[in-house]
Amino acid sequence: MQPFIEFDGVDHGYGAEGPLAVQDLHVSIGEGEFAAVVGPSGCGKSTFMKLTTGLQFPRAGTITVAGERVTKPVRMAGMAFQAPNLLPWRTTMENILLPLEIVPPHRQQFRAKKQEYRERAEALLARVGLEGAGEKHPWELSGGMQMRAALCRALIHQPKLLMLDEPFGALDAFTREELWCVIRDLHAETGVTVILVTHDLREAVFLADRVFAMSARPGRILAERRIELERPRDLELTYTAEFQSLVHELREHIVTARK
Amino acid sequence: MNRQSLFLRISPIASLIIVLALWELIVIVFNIPGYLLPKPSTIFAAIVEYWPAIMRESTYTLVTTMIGFGLAVVFGLALGLLVGYSATIYAGLYPLMVAFNAIPKVAVVPILVLWFGIGAVPAALTAFLISFFPIVVNVATGLATIESELEDVLKALGASKLDIMRKVGIPRALPYFFGSLKIAITLAFVGSVLSESVASNHGIGKFMMMAQAQFQVPLIFAGLFVLGFMGIAMYLVMAWIEKRMTGWAHRSGFSN
Repeated sequence: MQPFIEFDGVDHGYGAEGPLAVQDLHVSIGEGEFAAVVGPSGCGKSTFMKLTTGLQFPRAGTITVAGERVTKPVRMAGMAFQAPNLLPWRTTMENILLPLEIVPPHRQQFRAKKQEYRERAEALLARVGLEGAGEKHPWELSGGMQMRAALCRALIHQPKLLMLDEPFGALDAFTREELWCVIRDLHAETGVTVILVTHDLREAVFLADRVFAMSARPGRILAERRIELERPRDLELTYTAEFQSLVHELREHIVTARK
Repeated sequence: MNRQSLFLRISPIASLIIVLALWELIVIVFNIPGYLLPKPSTIFAAIVEYWPAIMRESTYTLVTTMIGFGLAVVFGLALGLLVGYSATIYAGLYPLMVAFNAIPKVAVVPILVLWFGIGAVPAALTAFLISFFPIVVNVATGLATIESELEDVLKALGASKLDIMRKVGIPRALPYFFGSLKIAITLAFVGSVLSESVASNHGIGKFMMMAQAQFQVPLIFAGLFVLGFMGIAMYLVMAWIEKRMTGWAHRSGFSN
């Protein structure tokens, strides 16, 4: 079977002559897979995301997403970043609906199908534990609630690919673990392919099917580790010896790379 | 209403009264002659005495100013959007605009008079020229400071540059735009009065020049008072519009 996302010998740097941000990436991710990319800061994780979604194009090598070579923004991706980036002049509901105002075919049907879309958004809000918060403005929500809303925005157009760039970095430990479970369940229910970029190794091991460890700049894949832990995974799992040893093993790779 | 908000309400009026009272007192105590610095009471008496003329001239100035300001809003907004939209246009036009803004407008008035003759046209144009720069800069800043991650989110969905402008850029630039109106309106007064005092047959600027020529010092100050009043009034109108239009941007309790 052809992988959903494939990087073949990808080099990329910013500017025509700038130093390489990522080097010789070979990655293949299957449809519905949950992949995590971990590494020290500045290892080109964000570049990896931009390359996958078609916001940047590689200097060398090829990237294929859903059987097509990436030469323009992929359109099927939902994205969420560390900063929720909700628009303060829109209500939470209007923020979540924003992608539908842009992505075809919804864009053309937006007025006609508004009611249907709103119901879809309500369902998503309920799914992430934000029932009834749609009419509030984002600045009336806490950081964790804003992040949940940003997740809804990333998922509203039912993307086949969800890109998360350190989405929980700014949250407290408890909220973070709650949101791990939200993401875990959303992935299980929708079968969306997820790429999670993080520097939290526990987060990566808990959520992912496969973890890619990257080196410092220029980012290269140091190790690829399949996480065989059985699903559905419970938070208790993070305290088991098996889990700890996986985290430890990944940490070794990154520590070695930093030397 | 609690005590604090009561104080907050009366503090602008109180400070005005205190300044005027001090002024009056200083003139009396130091026996300053009226042709140097008239007492506020004399100035108010002059305002009452010349009320019809003052009303006529200040209305004239207000209308010219608002025409110039209106032009500044239209062109400032348009140019700001253009400059904020494209880095190339920004690079090309910005130095030119800065250079133009640095030229003292008093030096431009004679040229405008040469082209359009004496009257309301050069006054309105001077008001326009002096007040449109802050609008352009603010609108362009609002557009240029879109969070790059948000841009990525939308671009990855296939949003065009125009989409990003419509959905994010323009709403985001609105608080900057409305904020700049407060600066622009006061500058517009500076422009129109400047032009009127250099070359005009009407307006509060001309009125003050005539008062000066006849050595009617209280009338000169009367003109200043009226200008100050109009400036505050229009500023408040702009502040009100700003608050109405972009309430979402003013949610901080910092200055309360």
